[in-house]
Amino acid sequence: MIDAVGNPQSLLLLGGTSEIALATAERYAANRPLRVVLAARPSPRLDAAAERLRGAGCSVSTLSFDAQAPDTHAEVIEQAFADGDIDITVVAFGLLGDQEKAWTDLPTAVELAQVNYVAAVSVGVALSSALQRQGHGAIVALSSAAGERARRSNFVYGSTKAGLDVFYTGLTEALRPAGIKVCVVRPGFVHTRMTEGMSAAPLSVTPEQVADVIVDSVAKGREQAWAPAPMRFVMSALRHVPRPIFRRLPI
Amino acid sequence: MSETGTRTLSGWGRTAPSTAHVVHGRSVESIQQAVRQTGDRGVIARGLGRAYGDPAQNAGGLVIDMPALDRIHSIDADAGVVDVDAGVSLDTLMRRALPFGLWVPVLPGTRQVTVGGAIAADIHGKNHHTQGSFGNHVLSMDLVTADGSVRTLTPDGPEAELFWATVGGMGLTGVLVRATIALKHTESAYFVVDTDRTADLDELMARLTDGTDDQYTYSVAWFDSMSGGAKLGRAILTRGWSARREDLPPKLRRDPLRFDAPQLLRAPDVFPSGLVNRATIAAFNEVWYRKAPVHRRGEVQNITSFFHPLDLVGDWNRVYGPRGFLQYQFVVPFGAEQAFTRAVEMISASGQVSFLNVLKRFGDGNDAPLSFPTPGWTLTVDIPIGPGLGALCDRLDALVLAAGGRLYLAKESRTTAAALHRMYPRLDEWRKVRAAVDPDSIFTSDLSRRLQL
Repeated sequence: MIDAVGNPQSLLLLGGTSEIALATAERYAANRPLRVVLAARPSPRLDAAAERLRGAGCSVSTLSFDAQAPDTHAEVIEQAFADGDIDITVVAFGLLGDQEKAWTDLPTAVELAQVNYVAAVSVGVALSSALQRQGHGAIVALSSAAGERARRSNFVYGSTKAGLDVFYTGLTEALRPAGIKVCVVRPGFVHTRMTEGMSAAPLSVTPEQVADVIVDSVAKGREQAWAPAPMRFVMSALRHVPRPIFRRLPI
Repeated sequence: MSETGTRTLSGWGRTAPSTAHVVHGRSVESIQQAVRQTGDRGVIARGLGRAYGDPAQNAGGLVIDMPALDRIHSIDADAGVVDVDAGVSLDTLMRRALPFGLWVPVLPGTRQVTVGGAIAADIHGKNHHTQGSFGNHVLSMDLVTADGSVRTLTPDGPEAELFWATVGGMGLTGVLVRATIALKHTESAYFVVDTDRTADLDELMARLTDGTDDQYTYSVAWFDSMSGGAKLGRAILTRGWSARREDLPPKLRRDPLRFDAPQLLRAPDVFPSGLVNRATIAAFNEVWYRKAPVHRRGEVQNITSFFHPLDLVGDWNRVYGPRGFLQYQFVVPFGAEQAFTRAVEMISASGQVSFLNVLKRFGDGNDAPLSFPTPGWTLTVDIPIGPGLGALCDRLDALVLAAGGRLYLAKESRTTAAALHRMYPRLDEWRKVRAAVDPDSIFTSDLSRRLQL
């Protein structure tokens, strides 16, 4: 159960090696004993993530989760809830991919769409039913500022996050009568393994900063949050820039 | 709660809501049936929802709404005994018993609690040092247990263990459906009150331990939690006793048993979070302290002004805004005065805002393993949810634990299971009784899940 001041007792991290998700777990674990279920493809990285959280005092279990196999997702979610209630689920898996390859190479494009969008929808549906049965809980979906407006430099990734964003924003409303909170978090450029070697955009953040936004948003019951917060105003302005000018902007 | 169906419920603090299926307990038979058909997420009874945290909610499970079970079966004026359904509120019981010259022996800060809730939380009032807690006055109770049967329990009968596990048991042994309670005979519904304003915490505690406290049936202190330094814990101590007829002015003597408990208004649900802030409450505390007389003797007060000033405004919890608030109440044993003073210092220095600050000296506890009151000092603060509150409460927990104290489950909303288990050393004894009567733990609540009771 999440307590009166916002401390959860259990987390499910879908995308259990996500640096943002792990930083979020560490934030929560600093306040309270925490049980964490890490769902990801089995790999040394997953083992390392579990070790990292155990080091932070969490009790950790891992689950094999393949984002590209939606027909297994219902069972994965069921297993995740088998050992007890899950207070907060972070939907954190995703691929960035190579943009030029992503819009020219068919399998790459489909893979991005399946992992970032189709799988997000499929776990969202399975989660909704588990959380409604449980009668409490929160979902945090990691969207992206890239989904706000299509840019030549990353529109395939952006389109998948736009789809995820709309789905979870709608889910916020659908689950509201059941008392389940959904929060869509839109980070800008995050310094992670995924963006290693890329030149950082303005207002870039670390996974720890995104984790702070997540913890704060869940505690306050926010349904939408940007990381960093001023990104909201930047994107709001960019959204209204006429296209002929927008395409000339160095972003 | 008027509707049956799926509802999102929270406690009086309006924090940590969860969703459950709600049915009305209109009859003992319907409650038995609901208990027998309980699904895998269990069932819990809910009264008037005045517990601050999560004991009367059951995420994903069943909640039996009790106020529909509201019959007063009998009032024996001579013996001073009432036989009532568990959904009857103390407010109703007082109104009905007063004309017979009978007084509810234990009243908390509000009358809007049910008899079942009063037993399950083993509530206490400002007469704890002379009268004990609510469970001390229960002669018998009917409990619907996990097997769907109704058991009649008495404090010293064959199932005395279950009786005392139910007193303070937060509804986790079964659904209370009926109780007989010993009331007190009274000549009036008024109180003779002595008021003393103290300059600081030391003066207050000295007054409470100079031997005079036991001469008063009722005793409680409000203190200023925001002023530090020399003003730390400055307080208003009000103590009194039930007025006899001859204590009353002629005007009140004509109808001494009148239920004189006005409610002025209900708070609308329009207050933003943050209205209760450092500036507004510091100003309020100053005025509240200054308006009290330095010493006053023998003032006659009515029910609301003496017992329930908060009931003047219905739904007052809305003033804290949608993010809600928590109430932190602890007791530390006599001898731990230093820890007590330290707690007041920590609250005052924290920058957290609290207005409803109550300090009281408890008397002896009872036989219930999970009953909160134990001999010592209890302190209560109300604080709106905001940054730093969780950390402050965690630090207070450590202090309370080290001093051999405990938290009150009817107020609790954020501690850890490990801390709570250490605070209640008789928890295992209680668990054995519960396991015997409810082996599958079908009686379960968000509180019992959160604190692994």
